[in-house]
Amino acid sequence: MTNLPDPESPDTMEQRKKVIRQRNLATALVLAFFVILFFAITIAKMKH
Amino acid sequence: MGSGVGCLWAGVATRLDAFFPLGRSLPIGRVVTQPAAAQSLPLPADWRDFFALTKPRVMSLVIFTGLCGLIAAPGHIDPVLGFTAILCIALGAGGAAALNQWWEADLDAGMRRTKERPLPAGRMERTSARDFGLGLSAASVLIMGLANGVLPAAILLVSIIYYAVVYTIWLKPRTPQNIVIGGGAGAFPPLIGWVAATGHVTLMPVVLFAIIFMWTPPHFWALALFVQSDYAKVGIPMLPVVAGEAATRRQILIYAILLLPLSVVPWWIGGTGAIYGVAAAVLSAVFLALSARVGLRRRSGPEDTMRPEKQLFAWSIIYLFALFGALVADHWLA
Repeated sequence: MTNLPDPESPDTMEQRKKVIRQRNLATALVLAFFVILFFAITIAKMKH
Repeated sequence: MGSGVGCLWAGVATRLDAFFPLGRSLPIGRVVTQPAAAQSLPLPADWRDFFALTKPRVMSLVIFTGLCGLIAAPGHIDPVLGFTAILCIALGAGGAAALNQWWEADLDAGMRRTKERPLPAGRMERTSARDFGLGLSAASVLIMGLANGVLPAAILLVSIIYYAVVYTIWLKPRTPQNIVIGGGAGAFPPLIGWVAATGHVTLMPVVLFAIIFMWTPPHFWALALFVQSDYAKVGIPMLPVVAGEAATRRQILIYAILLLPLSVVPWWIGGTGAIYGVAAAVLSAVFLALSARVGLRRRSGPEDTMRPEKQLFAWSIIYLFALFGALVADHWLA
């Protein structure tokens, strides 16, 4: 337990912000991908 | 609408927490608790941890066999809809894998092979894995239903439930035949790919399902033979732990013998040409030879490196890639 980093330390806070930023970016990319995919599916279904 | 869905999900999540609390009592009789490091995580889980939850290496085989089923199916499928079908198979497999890791986090912590996964390593909250798995699974079925139709979506849903509930929760901790019955979960992708392309189930995709079903026991038992101490430690009744090595080796050989004729059935029923037929016969003959070596030998002692078992496990993976690769090659060239 003593090896756990201090959750309130500046380093941990900075690391936390970095992880959250990366997760937000990944979520945004996934959402954008699905928007494009749904558009493409709609076009494909209209062709048939 | 958004807040309504949010409230609904919060209610569902609360009920799930009630059914599956973190310190739940397992059917095999042990009370388990969250790893100490995960009680209060200093950092939120990284996106790479969520990716790792989907078991990417297993998923590559799932995607490949699903893609081969889709390509080898007669007729033409729109590339966008074909891509969506494979994506949904991958998402469904990833969701089921995440649910599997959520349920087995405590078992994974006790095994050398799995203790570095995000949950046992304490890098992720258990509820995050559960919600991620449920979200992926639901999204995969819904999108496949919209893009490819109700039938492939229904089979995908069955495959997810089969793996996450029937295999992971029900069979695996209870019976040494878990791999035999649970092997059906991994056999669904080519069937789903085929049905997504054609819209109906015929004999050929059922045979492809049967081939993977028959391939799974020798594949897993070869692995179980050289990691059986891990399984024994966490109380999973894998065949080598419960019935012993001799019985496991015999079963491996039996399944490999059955796999040889089954693998050429697609050629025999006219579903493929000679390219696949010859490739299947050769690949299965090598599989049988390696299985016979495992089936007929006995461990020499504690210093035995289990090389034949490791070679069989490695070949079993190559075998499935090569067999389904031959199926596609035959479809394109014949």
